Amino acid sequence: MTVIEARSLRKTFGKTIALDGVNLRVDEGRILGLIGPNGAGKSTALNAILGLTEYQGELRVLGRDPWDERDQLMRDVCFIADVAVLPRWMRVSQALDYVGGVHPRFDRVKAEGFLAKTDIKRASKIRELSKGMVTQLHLALVMAIDARLLVLDEPTLGLDILYRKQFYDSLLNDYFDRSRTIVVTTHQVEDVQHVITDLMFINHGRIVLDCSMEEFESRYLEVAVHPERVAAARALKPIHERQVLGRSILLFDRVDRGQLAALGDVRTPSIADLFVALMGNKPGDHAGEAPGAAR
Amino acid sequence: MNTQSIATPGSFRDSQISESRGIAPAAVTAMQPFYWSVRRELWENRSIYIAPLAAAAVTLLGYLIATLGFALSTTNMAQRREALEGPYSFAMGVIMGTAFIVSIFYSLDALHGERRDRSILFWKSMPVSDLTTVLSKASIPLVVLPVLSFAIVVATELIMLGLSTLVLLASGLSVATLWTPVFQMWLMLLYHLVTVHVLWYAPIYGWLLLVSGWARRAAFLWAVLPWLAIGVVEKIAFNTWHFAAMLGYRFEGGPEAIPGVDSFFDPMTQLTPGRFLSSPGLWIGLVVAAAFLAAAVRLRRCQGPI
Repeated sequence: MTVIEARSLRKTFGKTIALDGVNLRVDEGRILGLIGPNGAGKSTALNAILGLTEYQGELRVLGRDPWDERDQLMRDVCFIADVAVLPRWMRVSQALDYVGGVHPRFDRVKAEGFLAKTDIKRASKIRELSKGMVTQLHLALVMAIDARLLVLDEPTLGLDILYRKQFYDSLLNDYFDRSRTIVVTTHQVEDVQHVITDLMFINHGRIVLDCSMEEFESRYLEVAVHPERVAAARALKPIHERQVLGRSILLFDRVDRGQLAALGDVRTPSIADLFVALMGNKPGDHAGEAPGAAR
Repeated sequence: MNTQSIATPGSFRDSQISESRGIAPAAVTAMQPFYWSVRRELWENRSIYIAPLAAAAVTLLGYLIATLGFALSTTNMAQRREALEGPYSFAMGVIMGTAFIVSIFYSLDALHGERRDRSILFWKSMPVSDLTTVLSKASIPLVVLPVLSFAIVVATELIMLGLSTLVLLASGLSVATLWTPVFQMWLMLLYHLVTVHVLWYAPIYGWLLLVSGWARRAAFLWAVLPWLAIGVVEKIAFNTWHFAAMLGYRFEGGPEAIPGVDSFFDPMTQLTPGRFLSSPGLWIGLVVAAAFLAAAVRLRRCQGPI
């Protein structure tokens, strides 16, 4: 069953083209990682999916038009925008009361159960919580909602590595099952490499790469080439080459694994390396903003 | 050692859990998002009830010091009676005036604050429509504050009347003239709140809510300056003040403008709902208010954080 289906999705802000004819399809039970540099159109795409922005083209989320039916759609869709959107004046108990009051699919006992594993006090105001605790609270609220689609837009921005790991662990262990779907954007790609089932690169409002993680692992291989085999390796047309500690690391697309093994140590590249290979080197692109590279 | 006290925390916990489990799967009816949206406004803007209560406290304090103090210090019984029958319309004016100021500042921030602190993204992630949100915010100046200020005025005056009654009775004076105009006064207050503060002022609140949803910053200036500009342009172009007079008429309360707070006390003051309901200004104002609110709903649909 298709959860999100977009055909020639376009969105412009004045002369800036944020989405330039995006085609996209996400099936039930998938965890899609949407990766792209700043200003690539990720947030615009998510906003369109969530009914927060108008768009041109065709878009259905769970069979609904998100722009016209946002409030009904939000019964089945949850989203965490980034760590700073929970109202700072609210108390934790009020947040539980409010979501329980307006959301028909919210299970308060479940939320209390998630919160019991944290140090968050019911009487605290959200402004008194640390960044990590605010994210834990938001995640507890969202995981207690029996939704079909969860959208995460930079959910772990500004969190330390422990909170980030915990975030994705509880998402996988306590929330995700084959009837739910998750779409996540993040710059911390190393965090999600083993979480996502599908990978999508977006740049300049276009989808640059769209593949499942199985496909990613069988298609892309990275070889740390023995110095004397570099010329032979280059003949196989790598899509990217970089130097690490004096060794050449070459990235190949759809080259036979056996053939590569003769040249050096073969391994699956990280998403960040593939991202740099596909987008980082082209002039005019955001070369310095490869995800994961800076952090 | 008391063994019972050890068992208590566990059983208390259990009963709490089973209680919350009973509430959990409650179905959300159509009115529930509206009800919780209004409640959340009261959580966020505690000035809605704190400010009128503070005004009531200040008036009570003033009553205790000035009125009771003076009444007890004078031995002239006529003066004492006059003092004790005096301060009610003043208390009413102070509390209603405070509620009006709170209404204005609340409305100017209602759709601005949620964009400024980015919490709009959280509110929009809930199954609550923009219409419900805007209506719940409009209900604060149009329903909650009038009802609240009426209740607070009545409560404050009951305390004052009670104390005055005690002093009068202790002085051997009759309380009949003290209590006679009270119900007339409260009826007038209710009528004034509904006609002026709700129906006649509705376009003012509608405009303020619209500006708060539209302005990126300086909402107060955007709310005030356009009207000022129209007035000034009219003055320069035609050397007339019709527009300013129209605005003044709106703020004064139109056909229900009260000549002074003392008229609440005057049993000769007549309620004239017929004249009020047949005034075109009322209906034009209500249509304009509805248009402003509809525009605010549309705006909120498109707006994100600023």
